[in-house]
Amino acid sequence: MKILVCISNVPDTTTKITFSADGKAFNTAGVQFVINPYDEYALTRAIELKEAQGGSVTVLNVGEADTEPNIRKALAIGADDAIRVNLKPTDAFLVSQQIAHYAQEGGYDLILMGRESIDYNGFQVHGMVGELLGIPTIAPAIKLDVNGSTATLEREIEGGKEIIEASLPLVVSAQQPMAEPRIPNMRGIMTARTKPLKVVEPVGQEAKTSVQNYELPPAKSGVKMIPAESAGDLIKLLRNEAKVL
Amino acid sequence: MSVLVVIECANGEVKKSSLEAASYGSKVAASLGTSATAVAIGDVQADALTRLGEQGISKVLLDNDSRLHDFVAAAYVKVIAKAAESENSTVIVLSNSNIGAAIGSRLAVKLGASLATNVVSLPQINGSSFTVRRGVFSGKAFSDVELSSDKKIIAVKKNAVDIETTDGGTATVENFSADLSDADFATAPKETIRQSGDILLTEADLVVSGGRGLKGPENWHLIEDLAKTLGAATACSKPVADVGWRPHHEHVGQTGITVSPNLYIAVGISGAIQHLAGVNSSKVIVVINKDPEAPFFKAADYGIVGDATEIVPKLIEAAKALDK
Repeated sequence: MKILVCISNVPDTTTKITFSADGKAFNTAGVQFVINPYDEYALTRAIELKEAQGGSVTVLNVGEADTEPNIRKALAIGADDAIRVNLKPTDAFLVSQQIAHYAQEGGYDLILMGRESIDYNGFQVHGMVGELLGIPTIAPAIKLDVNGSTATLEREIEGGKEIIEASLPLVVSAQQPMAEPRIPNMRGIMTARTKPLKVVEPVGQEAKTSVQNYELPPAKSGVKMIPAESAGDLIKLLRNEAKVL
Repeated sequence: MSVLVVIECANGEVKKSSLEAASYGSKVAASLGTSATAVAIGDVQADALTRLGEQGISKVLLDNDSRLHDFVAAAYVKVIAKAAESENSTVIVLSNSNIGAAIGSRLAVKLGASLATNVVSLPQINGSSFTVRRGVFSGKAFSDVELSSDKKIIAVKKNAVDIETTDGGTATVENFSADLSDADFATAPKETIRQSGDILLTEADLVVSGGRGLKGPENWHLIEDLAKTLGAATACSKPVADVGWRPHHEHVGQTGITVSPNLYIAVGISGAIQHLAGVNSSKVIVVINKDPEAPFFKAADYGIVGDATEIVPKLIEAAKALDK
């Protein structure tokens, strides 16, 4: 089984987000970038499937050269090879075109990625890639098993879950608890250095959206403290002052 | 060229988030000098759809194919694309739910449309271009995004826009068929397992959430009792889900569920930046924590310093004393 895992490079979850004074750019100074946590669930599950059933795991990233440390990390965790499409990922459709093109070229049985990136929060790429390739997308999946050419999945829906059987090829987006992310070991880190990382040029440049500016949410005006002895007063304040009860 | 609103239904009713989408779509239609048409999917009867007139919808298209009661992306996309074609719609509004996002992304490719998800504002319309505000960085920021294609798809974040109701408004319901084949249902669910009895976290107006400050699963009943008394949904922090006190689908935060209720009560949650990202668009935040230095107090509207096991019973008592 050939598996393609798409990863994106995002600010660490503990990052305090700030923007340039004109609101046009995200300040990356001092920010640690990581593999998008949802993509890491997809990557780990792909490696588990490969270990159990054989096959290969290729990681794909659409990004500029500064994403390579995290691509190497994915190789250290257990992917076999990597493709970096040399393009700044500014728009979901632009990214989806790259993934669909290189996925088609490689002829993968499964295309995995996270449900969304924690920076752009688009929740779009898996559906777009599926539509571009003319194959189904199951999103967001919390469980994935493969038996021959059939995948069995659990998809999270609002208020429950569904059990789905679908034929490969398939696009799947991952969410916890699909797999427990792994920390690369020393052997993985050493072998990752020599695993193939191919840099390819983008295909097409068609973007459908553009970010005009960023803004932080308004700061809270301050917290009103209620003494523990009269905790019950909180309920009255919520009804009469905040008017939410 | 009406604005097309996608209405999700379950158990015979229109989902609350779809009422928000209907209000939003009607306002966009008014700005464009046109009407708003809805296309309904899921398990629903014509009666419930007539009332969408109260949100300004003039016509509802309903495909009665019972296979559509379960969500199947390919089939839903076909139904909506056909409705958009017959209504000559260039703007499609849907809810930013798991279903809405799954349909929106495929539809955007199929129709060659610009898509914005997680949208919190009405569009600024400038000729053929729309600019909308959307949540980014997992709730830590907003961005204004320009949609430049002729066709636009907007997925509205839950609880971000008000439901406006005009009493007595009625919509006409028209039957409509997208002539679906078995192939469109290739990924239909074999089985659906629903949570029973609970209030749906992502749709809830009120949420009571617990963290490690509860000390152990034996104290979880405090969260449930308070939630039950208030009519709220329950949620938890990531550490609580990771140690298995509560299931992962209740975990609120950056890598879990994002909620934006009217009231979010956090009990025994310190307020790590990843947790705040999942809740900071809540309208009112209450923090109960025994550590007065807990960072969550800085993001709160009301706070109580104290142990959950002492404070929560007092709140339950006070809530029971409120006349409903």
